[in-house]
Amino acid sequence: MAKDGVLIQARGLVKRFADFTAVDGIDVDVRAGEAFGFLGPNGAGKSSTMRMVGCVSPPTAGELKIMGMDPRRDGPAIRARLGVCPQLDNLDPELTVRENLTTYARYFGIPRRVARERAAELLDFVQLAERANSKVEPLSGGMKRRLTIARALVNEPEIVLLDEPTTGLDPQARHLVWERLFRLKQQGVTLVLTTHYMDEAEQLCDRLVVMDGGKIVAEGSPRALIDRYSTREVVELRFAGESQEAFAGKLAGLAERVEVLPDRILLYVADGDAAVAEVHARALTPASVLVRRSSLEDVFLHLTGRTLVD
Amino acid sequence: MVSIVLPRLISFEGAPRRSVSVAERNVAALKSAYWVVLISGFFEPLLYLLSIGVGVGALVGDLTLPTGTVVSYAAFVAPAMLAASAMSGALAETTFNFFGKMKYMKLYDGILATPVQPFEIALGELGWAMLRGSLYSAAFLAVMVGLDLTSGVRALVAFPAAVLVGFAFGALGMALSTFMRSWQDFDLMGSAQFALFLFSGTFVPAEAYPSVLRWVVEVTPLYRAVHLVRGITVEGGGWGELVDVGYLLGITALGLVVAGRRMGRLLCK
Repeated sequence: MAKDGVLIQARGLVKRFADFTAVDGIDVDVRAGEAFGFLGPNGAGKSSTMRMVGCVSPPTAGELKIMGMDPRRDGPAIRARLGVCPQLDNLDPELTVRENLTTYARYFGIPRRVARERAAELLDFVQLAERANSKVEPLSGGMKRRLTIARALVNEPEIVLLDEPTTGLDPQARHLVWERLFRLKQQGVTLVLTTHYMDEAEQLCDRLVVMDGGKIVAEGSPRALIDRYSTREVVELRFAGESQEAFAGKLAGLAERVEVLPDRILLYVADGDAAVAEVHARALTPASVLVRRSSLEDVFLHLTGRTLVD
Repeated sequence: MVSIVLPRLISFEGAPRRSVSVAERNVAALKSAYWVVLISGFFEPLLYLLSIGVGVGALVGDLTLPTGTVVSYAAFVAPAMLAASAMSGALAETTFNFFGKMKYMKLYDGILATPVQPFEIALGELGWAMLRGSLYSAAFLAVMVGLDLTSGVRALVAFPAAVLVGFAFGALGMALSTFMRSWQDFDLMGSAQFALFLFSGTFVPAEAYPSVLRWVVEVTPLYRAVHLVRGITVEGGGWGELVDVGYLLGITALGLVVAGRRMGRLLCK
């Protein structure tokens, strides 16, 4: 086993497509049993990284070791111990829900009887047992995603790769997926996920890296990142009128940092209520005021000057 | 230590087993409307045989082959229909179905996340196509024996020949599919397939063509296939058919290698 329980180790990892560099020299260590996240906007290089880790995309340069093995040489042996939940569901539309699991198990060389048992367990786990004989097509987006997650678990993997596990799902479906993933984590499965939802990253990840433009711009636990790159509280002000910009000047000295977005102004402060009182004392009357805790969204904004979801 | 060595051994054991698992998937998918497609694959060559072999044959009468053998027109056309049906059955599975699975169903993206490798998918899909094609060939040969167009022994020898024809066209079709950009490209392939069907010494002996054209015809795969199968069902086979066997084996190997490589390049970017 790899030293210090590091399951995935990347050093100077690069992925280039023709003249476009998707991943630009990243260093990553994922340890056994943790939930590790890649947080970043679309096009940050998260999916390209996941495909390299999943051994379906050869790295252009740099070093990548997965469970101590080299993806270039040991692809099949590594993939035998990975579970992959891709960004777009690629379930088999000609098979039933149950057959999607049993057939997939066969690709791993799992005996038929074991495959049937595991399919039944997993369908219970993702709450699809009642749909076992249904085709895939009529399932809702959330059900398909849960089935894809079940399929990723059919070989009892040591690492599960989840690329945008809840993108496109409604809030209720997302919470159900999160809850299942959290349970997996409790069982000691190493989770590696990409997301552009900061709430997802905060909920699920023990540790994460923030990616932008193919590079890692920060690394740490969600809490540590927030403490380091943001203030305790944030005041969101919306002013009526065309430009928020015009009001920004009048807020000088109120906050550690001021971010002016097209539709609102963010004040980064230790004490939100005190800052709001000061705003009112300056005879400013914003159309709406919201005081909240700092989130990863603020970390990302600080690091890149952009919001996560455009 | 065990955790490092053991998976490697398992994966080493795997290539044939993994190819079989790809074919197994198609068995699981059989239950749908797919049966209709399967049945049509058997009736098409049979209808040709009855309409042209027997119907037109009544007008044409007997044929004298270059070797001096005299055969009924139906006995002349039947082996060509067998070869052509082995071709179209294999092509249907490895072009339309294969392309659909690769490009639209994204089936192979899912499979490649498992230990299965591109070449093993190609091999598994081809193996399945051959299983299907072999059933057609066996049924068609039974009809030929029933109509007294060949003997039982010759039919038994012709069977593996027909399977080989299927392998060659299946591998070729799969390799071609990896170059297809959209469904429109398949129209072009359909036309080529029909031209082969008409001009590969199927309905008329190739000796009837002008010598330049004849040379072109003789290097096409369906001509070699027809030559092989006809040589067996009409004349009992000879050394001359070894060229056909070598040619078809070569196409099979080439097609598989090209398909495996191209799939790797398309899907493992």
